[in-house]
Amino acid sequence: MAILAHEMKASFAFIERNFNLTKRYWGWEVAFLVYALAGALSVTLIGADQGSRRLIFSLMIGAIFWNYLSVIFSFIAETIAWERWEGTLEYTMMAPVRRYSQLLGSTLYAILYALIHTAFILVVLVLFFGLDLSHADLVTAAIFMLVGSVSFVGIGMMAAILPLLYVERGAQMTFVLQSVLLLISGVYYSIDVLPGWMQVASRFSPATYILDGVRKALIEGVSIGALWGDVWPLVVMGIALIPLGLWAFGRAERYAKRTGKLKRVG
Amino acid sequence: MTATLTPQPKRTDDRARRIVLLPDRPVRPGDRDTVVGERLPVPAALLAEGVTKRFQVERKKPPVIAIAGVTMRLDRGEIRGVLGANGSGKSTLIRLFSGLLTLDEGRVEVFGHDIVRDELAVKRLINRVSVDAAFFKKLSPLENLAFAARLYGLDARRAKRESIEILGRLGISEKRVGRPIEQMSRGMQQKVAIARALLTSPALLLLDEPTTGLDPRSKLDVQGFIADLRTTHDATIVLTTHDLDEADRLCDRITVLDRGRTVVEGTPTELKALVAADHGGTESLENVFMTYTGRSLDADVEEDADDDTTERR
Repeated sequence: MAILAHEMKASFAFIERNFNLTKRYWGWEVAFLVYALAGALSVTLIGADQGSRRLIFSLMIGAIFWNYLSVIFSFIAETIAWERWEGTLEYTMMAPVRRYSQLLGSTLYAILYALIHTAFILVVLVLFFGLDLSHADLVTAAIFMLVGSVSFVGIGMMAAILPLLYVERGAQMTFVLQSVLLLISGVYYSIDVLPGWMQVASRFSPATYILDGVRKALIEGVSIGALWGDVWPLVVMGIALIPLGLWAFGRAERYAKRTGKLKRVG
Repeated sequence: MTATLTPQPKRTDDRARRIVLLPDRPVRPGDRDTVVGERLPVPAALLAEGVTKRFQVERKKPPVIAIAGVTMRLDRGEIRGVLGANGSGKSTLIRLFSGLLTLDEGRVEVFGHDIVRDELAVKRLINRVSVDAAFFKKLSPLENLAFAARLYGLDARRAKRESIEILGRLGISEKRVGRPIEQMSRGMQQKVAIARALLTSPALLLLDEPTTGLDPRSKLDVQGFIADLRTTHDATIVLTTHDLDEADRLCDRITVLDRGRTVVEGTPTELKALVAADHGGTESLENVFMTYTGRSLDADVEEDADDDTTERR
């Protein structure tokens, strides 16, 4: 129990620190929120321009939920990169904290931050376009967000390895990975329009299933029972990717300690 | 060339290392702890045996040896100075003791805990202050210290109270503890780094050039605080420095490294006398440094290429 309490306290350390950082960088937070809001509005206005209510919904869901997933992904994937830039990586790695506690703290804050960010954008867009969500299955959409978050956390953990392995290029590679997920996951279009090989790749992105499930739940009111085809890949990815991410992170940390890559650069 | 002025420590038996915990008082010569009716040797505060670290710098070339077979033993409460030219392996040695680098050969124990097998136990006992104060610079000293306190499992309210008290002793007033660290001078930042290390009450404190680049006033403040650490906090300290006066004043014993190897070890008085007797010249640590590293301190400092050029590559 004492160990668990210590690890929970350590996880909270990362939540509290990230909250303090958000407060201190409040100007940037406002700027990012305005940019995300403007992006979501701009994309969704394409649907209004086409006069298609379904397209408005589809684009809005793509913009909002991609924002949610990419915020979670960035927060976790850039955990190491931030510490490297600030020069605190060695200090954190020296602390008597298990790595899963560190990643749990970063993940919980990422989810909380992304939820608040996304909820704000969702409310503004619903009001802006006067959308009627009375037929939407909000519970199913929430389940997809929750299950999808777990699988995205696993991918984020594996992406966080890159800045450990590659001192300078790691953060760039993380950014490229996020861009690829955006391209192949059918964020603003159906994956059917992608070339065959990209459609195959899209099957390995949790975002594909999350967006498909959320669209069906919010636009058509389909319940979770009828969306099992989208749920099980997310469950499998969640179960597999988080332990895999933790294992890979541990391996990467040992490699970084063997080769001296934890050291501050710049 | 290796000159050791004291006998090398004997390895404690495995059973003793398993059950002897951190003693609650300073170790004295000939001291013993009694555990379950048995008399067992008190473990060294830090024991390094045959520590070796290599880095593969270029693929088709043999690895560069950064640390080669370094052995040292520190008793509780000792301040050990580690001197050496840039690139001699001082910072690499500190990183090996911190668990930030893995050992290629040899072993390290902190108060009887093996640094590999008992990693978490060792982490709870040590802390490190490096040459560049590593903080989230937008956060305040108090926020950075609160983060450290939680990582080390300290009670948040108590930690806040102690943080303010420690920072106050270091000359950082309560009205400044809430401002971002980026607004502070380098000397102040270094004091916050020391306060952070102190907050976690480390039994072994690793100070990697803590006074490098500080103005004379800040340097004196930090040096005074290091001296206090031993008496008030019963800490064992490893101190790497380029300031030979600092080493002379603060350190009980000094180890000089050259190209990753220990070339001489002893008390400052012993080293100065040894070099003056064997090589002539004045009894000074600069003379010791020049003799055993084969270069002048000024030339060394001017290079200012961190110890870890090898690591960075």
